[in-house]
Amino acid sequence: MNFEFTEEQLMIRDAARDFAQRELLPGVIERDDKAEYPTEQVKRLAELGFLGMLVGLEYDGGGMDTISYVLAMEEISKVDSSVSVIMSVNNSLVCWGIEKYGTEEQKQKFLKPMARGEKIGAFLLSEPEAGSDATSQRTTAVDMGDHYLVNGTKNWITNGKSASTYIVMAQTHPELKHKGINALLVDAKSEGVSVGPHENKMGMRASDTCSVMFNNVKVPKENRLGEEGFGFKLAMQSLEGGRIGIASQALGIASGAYELALKYAQERKAFGKEIIHHQAIAFKLADMAVEIEAARFFCLKAAWLKDQGQAYGHASAMAKLYAAETAMKVTTEAVQIHGGYGYVKEYHVERLMRDAKLTQIYEGTSEIQKIVISRGLIS
Amino acid sequence: MKILVCISNVPDTTTKVKFKENNTLFDDSGVQWIINPWDELALTRALELKEDAGNSIDEVSVIHVGGAQTDATLRKALAIGADKAIRIDACAADAYYVAGQIAAYLKENPFDIVFSGIESSDYNGSSVGAMIAEFMDYPGISSVTNVDLSNSEVVLYRAIPGGKQKIKVEIPFVAVVQKGITNEPRIPAMRGIMMARKKPLEVKPAVEMDVLTKSVKFELPEAKGACKMIDAENVEQLVDLLKNEAKVL
Repeated sequence: MNFEFTEEQLMIRDAARDFAQRELLPGVIERDDKAEYPTEQVKRLAELGFLGMLVGLEYDGGGMDTISYVLAMEEISKVDSSVSVIMSVNNSLVCWGIEKYGTEEQKQKFLKPMARGEKIGAFLLSEPEAGSDATSQRTTAVDMGDHYLVNGTKNWITNGKSASTYIVMAQTHPELKHKGINALLVDAKSEGVSVGPHENKMGMRASDTCSVMFNNVKVPKENRLGEEGFGFKLAMQSLEGGRIGIASQALGIASGAYELALKYAQERKAFGKEIIHHQAIAFKLADMAVEIEAARFFCLKAAWLKDQGQAYGHASAMAKLYAAETAMKVTTEAVQIHGGYGYVKEYHVERLMRDAKLTQIYEGTSEIQKIVISRGLIS
Repeated sequence: MKILVCISNVPDTTTKVKFKENNTLFDDSGVQWIINPWDELALTRALELKEDAGNSIDEVSVIHVGGAQTDATLRKALAIGADKAIRIDACAADAYYVAGQIAAYLKENPFDIVFSGIESSDYNGSSVGAMIAEFMDYPGISSVTNVDLSNSEVVLYRAIPGGKQKIKVEIPFVAVVQKGITNEPRIPAMRGIMMARKKPLEVKPAVEMDVLTKSVKFELPEAKGACKMIDAENVEQLVDLLKNEAKVL
């Protein structure tokens, strides 16, 4: 067992840290306040290669391993989760599926521009009545011979407005239930596609989250990912990797809040000494440090398994569950350590606490992770 | 044209400095090493000049005097965009020694422009660039805040108290650059990081030369006293503290 990172992994971590501290930190409070999409920041994310860092070099990606991805996601999420979620969705949920299961034509046409960050992708699974129960897809893709005709509504779509390419899960054979679902690559500018208003969210307010409606949208047959009926399996496999991204995001939110709380506790005085010298605060920080370190090991273990070509679904569910719960606990304590200052926007921790909540909900709620983990125990 | 950028390997600027062996050696345990911030700015500017096609810069290389443990710093320079790295395999004893080693390399491998940061953030010698110019008998221009190659002549701008000075110079020359040479050091892109190992990192033996100085001892500055805040209205208390506690009145 080796706990050392490679020189490249450390360089990637440092690059992500420099980018976050220099280019994301200025304006992060204002972007959250106004729910303003980080257009310039995403452009830089693309220039630096973070948007396609997991895609192979042959498809214009960064060719990085998943360990590097965890390190980069943590550093970026310490500062701005609205930016890191865009990176996570593009890498893990969209590019991954096309690179693994797409045809060469699909990779040339859809994957390369997204790996370069010139275009962004979105993953359209959730529906008004199909969240955790993703098998109940009501969006339909009727087989019309040379194309599918897609109708339905997708909800809570990260990058819904900014994406150029959608991976849409839609039901083609309802009688086959989840085995009748297809995954289709849809150009966001296709006739019949409309995007709903930006959701006014509690946290991660700067990322764009919308509903996307499909009204008789024609999708060529060659845009189907994988075999007929492979859509649900592709979605579940994509989410296994996606969970490493969101777990790392939750880890970053937690460690960002912890670093701020640690600094504050060493500066703020009460009853004649820095508050870190009061055991009530010191023990909180000790608990936070332990849980963050454990969450980091979960994330890195899942990433390592993925890089080794081993099964990682069970590990990524554990990482997502533990890191998300840790993020919620740690950010809440970070606000508590800051006292009244923690409750105002200027000190960042209240935003991190709002952001943390979403990590317990999206890409599989904490309860869904427990289902995945417990089923793994039985088998 | 070819640009050579001199790189120092320095402790991260947030490092808590400690010494060992009776304060005669810097304690480098647990230290994270970085490219000297001024050298990183110089490298960034060199790459900007290369990217501007009108400047006809064919190559930007970096050079460093140090042991194998500094290769990670050189590979970061390659990841940022340098075409080649050269490491002179020797301990960087002092500014004269470093400048002498770089000059020896330059004599065998001529470059048109040599950039050096105005100082290194560890020993603050501020001497290497000027010494290279002297060794090579090149013009050496200090405190350079801008380099303009756009009009078939080399124009440098220097920061001087209260203003700036415009200088024309012929190649080859050494520019000792300072803050302002570019906006921010460049962050390496993912592809740059992946390509860094494929770029050449040449290791050259040091030439024989004397080390003229010997570091004897280091001393840390005395710890700063705590700051006391006094209400703006309370002049009496301020005078009392200055007189009886600080004893400066």
